[in-house]
Amino acid sequence: MRDIAITLTVNGIVRRATVPGRRLLSDCLRHDLGLTGTHVGCEHGVCGCCTVLLDGQPVRSCLMFAATADGHEVTTVEGLAEPDGTLSPVQRAFAECHGLQCGFCTPGFLCTVTALLRDNPAPGEEEVVEGISGNLCRCTGYQNIVRAVHRAAEILAEER
Amino acid sequence: MTTRLFGEPVRRREDPRLLTGRGRYLDDIGEGAYEVAFVRSPHAHARIRDIDVSAAIDVEGLVAIHTWEDLPARLAEPLPLLIPHPALTHGRTAYPLARDVVRHVGEPVVMVVARDRYLAEDVCGLIEVDYEPLAPVVGIEEATRAEALVHEDVPGNVGAHLVQEVRSATGLGAREAIEAAPYRLEFGLDIERSASMPLEGRGVHARWDAGDRSLRVHSSTQTSTSVRMAIAAKLDLPLPQVEVVAPDVGGGFGVKIVHPWPEEVLVPWAAMLLGHEVRWTEDRREHFVSSAHERAQTHHVRVGFDERGRVLGLDVTIVHDHGAYTPYGIIVPIITSTQLPGPYKLGAYRVEFSSVYTNTVQVTPYRGAGRPQAVFCMERTMDRVAEHLGLDRTAVREANFIQPEEFPYDQGLIFQDGRPLIYDSGDYPESLRRLKDLVGWDDFPALKEQAAKQGRRIGIGLGCYVEGTGVGPYEGGHVQVTSDGRVHVSTGLTSQGQGHETVFAQIAASELGVPIERVSVVTGDTRRFGYAVGTFASRAAVMSGNAIALACGKVREKALRIAADALEADPGDLEIVEGEVRVVGSPGTALPLATVAVLSNPLRYAFDEEAGRATQFAGTSSPDRPPVAEGDEPGLEGRDYYSPIRSTFASGMHAAIVETDPLTAEIRILRYAVVHDCGNLINPMIVEGQIHGGVAQGVGGALYERMVYDEHGQLLNASFMDFLMPYATEIPRVETAHLQTPSPLNPLGVKGAGEAGVIPVSAVIASAVEDAEGIRIDRMPISPSELFDLRRAASSG
Repeated sequence: MRDIAITLTVNGIVRRATVPGRRLLSDCLRHDLGLTGTHVGCEHGVCGCCTVLLDGQPVRSCLMFAATADGHEVTTVEGLAEPDGTLSPVQRAFAECHGLQCGFCTPGFLCTVTALLRDNPAPGEEEVVEGISGNLCRCTGYQNIVRAVHRAAEILAEER
Repeated sequence: MTTRLFGEPVRRREDPRLLTGRGRYLDDIGEGAYEVAFVRSPHAHARIRDIDVSAAIDVEGLVAIHTWEDLPARLAEPLPLLIPHPALTHGRTAYPLARDVVRHVGEPVVMVVARDRYLAEDVCGLIEVDYEPLAPVVGIEEATRAEALVHEDVPGNVGAHLVQEVRSATGLGAREAIEAAPYRLEFGLDIERSASMPLEGRGVHARWDAGDRSLRVHSSTQTSTSVRMAIAAKLDLPLPQVEVVAPDVGGGFGVKIVHPWPEEVLVPWAAMLLGHEVRWTEDRREHFVSSAHERAQTHHVRVGFDERGRVLGLDVTIVHDHGAYTPYGIIVPIITSTQLPGPYKLGAYRVEFSSVYTNTVQVTPYRGAGRPQAVFCMERTMDRVAEHLGLDRTAVREANFIQPEEFPYDQGLIFQDGRPLIYDSGDYPESLRRLKDLVGWDDFPALKEQAAKQGRRIGIGLGCYVEGTGVGPYEGGHVQVTSDGRVHVSTGLTSQGQGHETVFAQIAASELGVPIERVSVVTGDTRRFGYAVGTFASRAAVMSGNAIALACGKVREKALRIAADALEADPGDLEIVEGEVRVVGSPGTALPLATVAVLSNPLRYAFDEEAGRATQFAGTSSPDRPPVAEGDEPGLEGRDYYSPIRSTFASGMHAAIVETDPLTAEIRILRYAVVHDCGNLINPMIVEGQIHGGVAQGVGGALYERMVYDEHGQLLNASFMDFLMPYATEIPRVETAHLQTPSPLNPLGVKGAGEAGVIPVSAVIASAVEDAEGIRIDRMPISPSELFDLRRAASSG
């Protein structure tokens, strides 16, 4: 197996790694780059825990090879807050609305919702539910996550 | 007290780290550790003839391959049977690695350690195990037919058999009472298999320090203290040389209370053997086929009742499928048996269960732990009685309720803690009244009629339950105020997302009178607190919450004593407000708790200016007394334990309105209402969250989730593609109302809330679908295809 040298921009920082061709992007982020905020819940693309933003678009990092991400920009949960540590509106809304319990699915939801509200700053109820319907949560029953998405939209509107 | 945080929806203190990717879950620990994968049995039942590793040993990055034969003495024994019971006459547990025979698909046979998980899996693929397949036993029917045996030495596949009977006031047995009753019904009710299915699977990381011969283990567990004792015993290590930490845990829901899992002893053993950190992180398929399941049970019900629907006699026969092994004993069917009477006064009650072996994954508690089955049984029975008599379903329940003035109410049974099942408090009639208001029960017939005119089918259903929470034997709490004014709280039980760091901090801040920002909480770390039982049975708030409150009481008392001395006041005239000890009524006279902490620890050496106040020439201690008085200890800290005489009983009632599609038989929940009573609420936001999550798991169990085994014992849907956990699109908005009937058993007056949400959901949805369709629903979960088939069967008569 030949290792492949890759360069990707993660949370605004250029990162290099040498990975076997079969290494998943999720494993590369977690174990080669030490960004363990991205979680792996199923490794078959259903749960959405491993969702990151690839060039701004939400993707399952467990369904993608690290080598495929070569040359691309990746945003993980570690890159959502401001550089000074101020939480993003989506992160704040999740805290305010109790949109997380064990926190394992949370990074995936945060990435998904960040992209959702960028594309649709004022989603209706159905659009919110549809927008998060690719992410599993076993703890919250989703109700407070849905509230959090609406609240994040409000915060974004207030701060715009 | 100004710092009254108890009862407030305080924001979670866990969230900042979990929202920014700074949580620390098992797989985040020990970068550079060797990683483990297992060769697991592809057969449900087989004899191992041979294990050939010759093709595997040249894989680059391979570190070690182990089979049962490699295990040292204690590790080569079967894993412990955690909860023995006299009725469990044939308890059997697995070996950490299979010895000779495998009894379910997924049972670990070979352990592979390699440089990383990819390589470990490569090696697993090259190991050849020669199996001689044996006849598998799948499902309750095959188990009871016993044409094949799961364990050669367990006749009839029966692991346990237990009968409990409570006679009527007039001395009749349940069967006699049923015979003598004006009305009688008899029917079967079934629930299928499901599983806890936390999004983070299990996992273990171990680090052996050969220098001081100590072992530090992290495990994604619900009980670190007990894992620690199991490891020390199995690896023959002195207990103080073993520490176990539960890091952030990505959900548990019961499956992680079982211990030690094979991996929890094998990974530390490998770390010691190899002198290198070792980690195993379960993948999703492994979780499906090697972690525990629950719920599968059949129930045969006979009930006798009078014209008002009062149950005069109830006789239930249960067959419980406990899978291939019984490490957790027979707790699940015991809970079903004893929680089945719910909020009702039954004339006479007899319950009998058999717990049988099958060649499937072992069964241990999953949130609710036998109660969803119990409530399905009791509530479906109430619905049948109402239907038979032509009465409203709520009227029949009202006729059977235990009344508020009848507490404490003794159900006459022995509960899961081996103690009498005595309800401490509750108000069931009021709960039902609130539920009817919340869901609009009395207005529903008009709504249904209106919907019918539009060609829509809607139905309403309800379910009531009582849940024994906060079971013993005990939990403890330790509270220390350090000389910087910080308050450090620790308790031994673990957290899996319940927000313990927040609620325990609320309790400590309230009890001590300090700002919550100064309080930090550590759970599930044996380095901080070594005595604990674990997080299960909705017990954390009750057990550790009260223990921490009691420990705070000790600290408070000591603080007041020291401050009284320093302020030359009477301790009775002092209060602690905002972290300062003040003389009541004269706020000018105050001593910060930080200073009290300094004074509590007489010093020779001043490590900072503040500490100088406690040194021997500072004049703060009397030369006529020893610096530390007899019976006293240095430091401002306290430890206490809470050990209740028995469980405290929470209760609740749910109702749902569903719509069924006349063509596709799709079932949609239009409304879901919950009235919940868990005594005093510590943090209503967190309790609501627990209810939402519980209901969602209940909806999964009622409509979507099941473990599908084929006749060979293969789990056909061992992935998230096929095991249908609900997404946001499937879960209704939950409307809640709270009743707060404090528990008289504990100082905080609290009851457990963790499992409640899930308990009655299958009963509620079945009741509502039956109401919508006019077709009997007696097994859950129910899919659209099943409802479609039921319709066809009903219409063909």
